[in-house]
Amino acid sequence: MPYDSIVCVKQVPDTANITAEAMKEDGTVNRAALPAIFNPEDLRALETALQVRDQHGGTVTAISMGPPKAGEVLRECLYRGADRAILLTDRRAAASDTLATSYILAQAVQTIGRYDFVFCGRQAIDGDTAQVGPQMAEKLGIPQITYLEELVSLHDGVVQIRRNIGHGWEVVEARLPVLVTVIESANRPRPPAAKRVMRFKKARVEAEIAADVQREHPDGTDADRQAEVQRRAAAMKQAGLLMEQWSLDDIHADLSRCGLAGSPTKVFRVQAIVLTKQGYTEIPPTEEGIQRLIHELVVDRTLG
Amino acid sequence: MIEVNRQGEVWVYAEQEDGSLHDVALELCGKARDLADRLNVKVGAVLAGHGVRGLSERLIAQGADRVYVVDHPRLAHYQTSPYARVLTTLIEKHKPQIVIYGATALGRDLAPRVASAMRAGMTADCTDLEISDVTDPRAKTVHEKLLLQIRPAFGGNIIATIVNYDQWPQMATVREGVMPLKPPDPSRSGQVIDEHVEIDDTLLAIKLIRRHLEPRKVNLKGARVIVAGGGGVGSKENFRLIHELAGAIGGAVGASRAAVDSGFIGKEHQIGQTGTTVRPALYIAAGISGAVQHRAGMEESAKIIAINTDPAAPIFSVAHYGIVGDLKKVIPMMIKALKQRR
Repeated sequence: MPYDSIVCVKQVPDTANITAEAMKEDGTVNRAALPAIFNPEDLRALETALQVRDQHGGTVTAISMGPPKAGEVLRECLYRGADRAILLTDRRAAASDTLATSYILAQAVQTIGRYDFVFCGRQAIDGDTAQVGPQMAEKLGIPQITYLEELVSLHDGVVQIRRNIGHGWEVVEARLPVLVTVIESANRPRPPAAKRVMRFKKARVEAEIAADVQREHPDGTDADRQAEVQRRAAAMKQAGLLMEQWSLDDIHADLSRCGLAGSPTKVFRVQAIVLTKQGYTEIPPTEEGIQRLIHELVVDRTLG
Repeated sequence: MIEVNRQGEVWVYAEQEDGSLHDVALELCGKARDLADRLNVKVGAVLAGHGVRGLSERLIAQGADRVYVVDHPRLAHYQTSPYARVLTTLIEKHKPQIVIYGATALGRDLAPRVASAMRAGMTADCTDLEISDVTDPRAKTVHEKLLLQIRPAFGGNIIATIVNYDQWPQMATVREGVMPLKPPDPSRSGQVIDEHVEIDDTLLAIKLIRRHLEPRKVNLKGARVIVAGGGGVGSKENFRLIHELAGAIGGAVGASRAAVDSGFIGKEHQIGQTGTTVRPALYIAAGISGAVQHRAGMEESAKIIAINTDPAAPIFSVAHYGIVGDLKKVIPMMIKALKQRR
């Protein structure tokens, strides 16, 4: 039987590969210099959903919450085989903490309607909280299965999943629908399919079209630009290349639960970690130097 | 969520598995004790499971004043929804001002579900907690004695301090091994309170089919000395040097992510943000460049010796002793010097 999956994906700064170029002179990170990438565990979540569809039929819908630029990761989803891509973008969603984010995404999932699976990456590499998946599951009122390492079986609406629990694993069973979070070792994501890249590389959300028009016609009037955006969007839609773009109104969100207002946790202070050269005792790499070091550690009782 | 409640207790979720308490629960009791003393309130521990009441004594010895026990056959194995129901029921009833959980696989599964159900805040993976007065920069109002929830973010490149002004309880998960495990005080006394929570069938949607737990073979957290190797060790063969030095010094073997990813050693040895956090008396980092993710897991060590051919390696920024040189030459010299000492 076919299964419908919704996959939540996020575009993140590549915090794992911070190079010297991304460091400012004061030793802090220059975020703007970091490439924006598809959150690695979300890519595994997408792959898991695509494998379910490949084996059982059904659909894969990718959804991302973020600025217009996040259209990039949605195109990546289409290249790999997603059937539908939706960008949730709204200035009023800015500064949402995990509670508000999970509320917004859960509203979006409910707006999509029918589903068997919601797949999320376990966590995003910019925040590493791993909270949005479980919080969405709670809001949707469905069970959560975190840390999927393998989808063991799927029959008649009942799934068995092997979870990695750090110091071991367990296989659990649940009746669908469920929300599943996927870890990095779950699978090797497929590369973009060349044919689909050709087909979807021009796919856009309306906000991206608006940015293009703004760039190309900086001197025109707002009305002219708006008309041009509408014209292009209509043409893209005709060609099947207009990705859906939703606002908080489209998902009937209660604004008091979104953005800063809907976020109980507030960032009070942020300190950049600065690599400072503290003084350390330099030990020459010689027999004599090392004997002295060991002696010092014995004298100060570090070594018993 | 609950209203701001300054008389509320400081709670610890007492994670247990198969009837034994997780170390992090004991670490957190000590931290909760410090926080509660600042606030002049009691420490509560929530102990859920089946046949676990006997663990209360240990929680009291570690600093708890009250242990809320929920003993139910349906809680024999952890699963999210019934355990979340236990927490939300007890939080609504007793209104603690702070609830902290270990940032374990289990804690990170449970805590966000509780927070969502309560529409309260939750900060993941804290490395420190403090009590302080905070002025809201927008409203300019002063909030007295809030919980500062301090955590690395952005891949460990920034340290963020998170607060929750009024959608209480203030809740956080705390990484394992970052709070020192205090020695138990068997003379402490406390109350054990039996609580009843309704666990109906609808909460038991997940069925456990099979489980395989690996014994925690590598006791990195308990080691006084750790010798850790990184990508700079170069090969699995060279990694034997790390084992030999650890053997000569009587320490445990650790590794950076680069060494684990290169297949030099198993993941259970990994130290750092995604591995184990350690604070031994002596940490020897050989061939480890010292990415922030690694430093976050070891920089609290009492003494750090860094061995690296690159004098600009970031590991030297946290080192007390630095040896700029080839570990293949330096380590045998260290082993020799250690043997001569005896």
